[in-house]
Amino acid sequence: MNINLTLIGQAISFAIFVWFCMKFVWPPITSALEQRKKTISDGLSAAEQGQQALENAKVDVEQQLSEAKSEAKSIIAMAEKRQGDILDEAGVKASEEAAKKIKLAEQEVEQLSMRLKESLKKDLSKLVVEGAEMILKKEIDKKAHDKAIKDLINKI
Amino acid sequence: MAAGEQTSSEYIKHHLTNLTYGRDQDGVWRLAETAQEAQEMGFYAIHLDSMGWAIGLGLIFIILFRMVAKRATTGIPGGLQNSVEMIIEFIDSNVKDTFSHTNKLIAPMALTAFMWVLLMNLMDLVPVDWVPQLATFIGSHFFGMDPHHVYFKIVPTTDPNVTMGMSLSVFFLALFFSIKNKGVGGFVGELTLHPFSSKNFLVKIILIPINLFLEGVSLLAKPISHGLRLFGNLYAGEMIFILIALLPLYIQWTLSVPWAIFHILVIVLQAFIFMVLMIVYMNMAHETGDH
Repeated sequence: MNINLTLIGQAISFAIFVWFCMKFVWPPITSALEQRKKTISDGLSAAEQGQQALENAKVDVEQQLSEAKSEAKSIIAMAEKRQGDILDEAGVKASEEAAKKIKLAEQEVEQLSMRLKESLKKDLSKLVVEGAEMILKKEIDKKAHDKAIKDLINKI
Repeated sequence: MAAGEQTSSEYIKHHLTNLTYGRDQDGVWRLAETAQEAQEMGFYAIHLDSMGWAIGLGLIFIILFRMVAKRATTGIPGGLQNSVEMIIEFIDSNVKDTFSHTNKLIAPMALTAFMWVLLMNLMDLVPVDWVPQLATFIGSHFFGMDPHHVYFKIVPTTDPNVTMGMSLSVFFLALFFSIKNKGVGGFVGELTLHPFSSKNFLVKIILIPINLFLEGVSLLAKPISHGLRLFGNLYAGEMIFILIALLPLYIQWTLSVPWAIFHILVIVLQAFIFMVLMIVYMNMAHETGDH
């Protein structure tokens, strides 16, 4: 337990170690710590921003979704209305067409009946003439009779 | 227990003597062969064991931390970097709590003191006979020394030279910073005009010697208590390990194990106290206002 040069030696080594530590150990480690702290806080704030963006996007999506829904609804409503219109229109057209067809048929029927009447008229007048011919074969001049029949036919 | 032919007191004495290299009374530099001789060498001697272990342990600290500092990554740290960072942050928070000024020297100095003292204290947990026996063996077989006179202490902090060497460094550094920050006048004023002061000029002058005495004592007591506290604790711990080693082999462990476990606490605590006191003294040296 003698006090001797060891005291000085220790003081010198202490000074050297402290100097070395101050120069080459402390600054790099603390700066690395500082930098990491900064990186972490940056990362955290970025994460927070991301969270915020996600939240915003969610709200956006919801809004768009509801918009799309209402649009779809209106489209359906429109389609329904259009369907009604088309049906109405078709109904009208169909009835028009039917009326047209009926008219045509009626006209045809009329024509037919006219023709029929005509031919019947002809047939009948022929029959009448033939009958009369048969009866009056000998007595009546054919030419005079033909003329008379023709006049008759025209009268009918 | 050491060699059978030793008595208990010889054993203890052997364990408490440093390997001293110094100038003997004939003016020749050589290793002291007895504790008596070492004492007679006076100031011009050096404890090879204390210095060697202190510098070796200091180098371990410096190299280890330098390695980490060189490879320090800002990304995910590995195991070693992690523990080094933990120590650095611990020191840094202590310095920030206690030291309220800016000085780039204080934190690295606190780190050096803490780690160095911790490592030196840690040597106390090495069983007391291992290294001294090894040294005795090497000394007597390779250097032809008398085996009874090979002294080897491995705990540098049980050497007052080591602890006082550090505390005096801190003391002189504190004086330097005091004068630098407060000026010579401020520093002298701190020593002479407190704690008693008076508005009357004459009374003030009369009070100066009293103040100087009180402040001088408290000023000088700081480095001495700073160094001796560490020395005393570790010396006492070492002493108890030596005393336990004197017991019969089969009951040694009943005492040495609990004491070693308790001593782990002492080792860290004393290193911590040494560091904190150092920061406190440095802080006081930077206080410029009235106290």
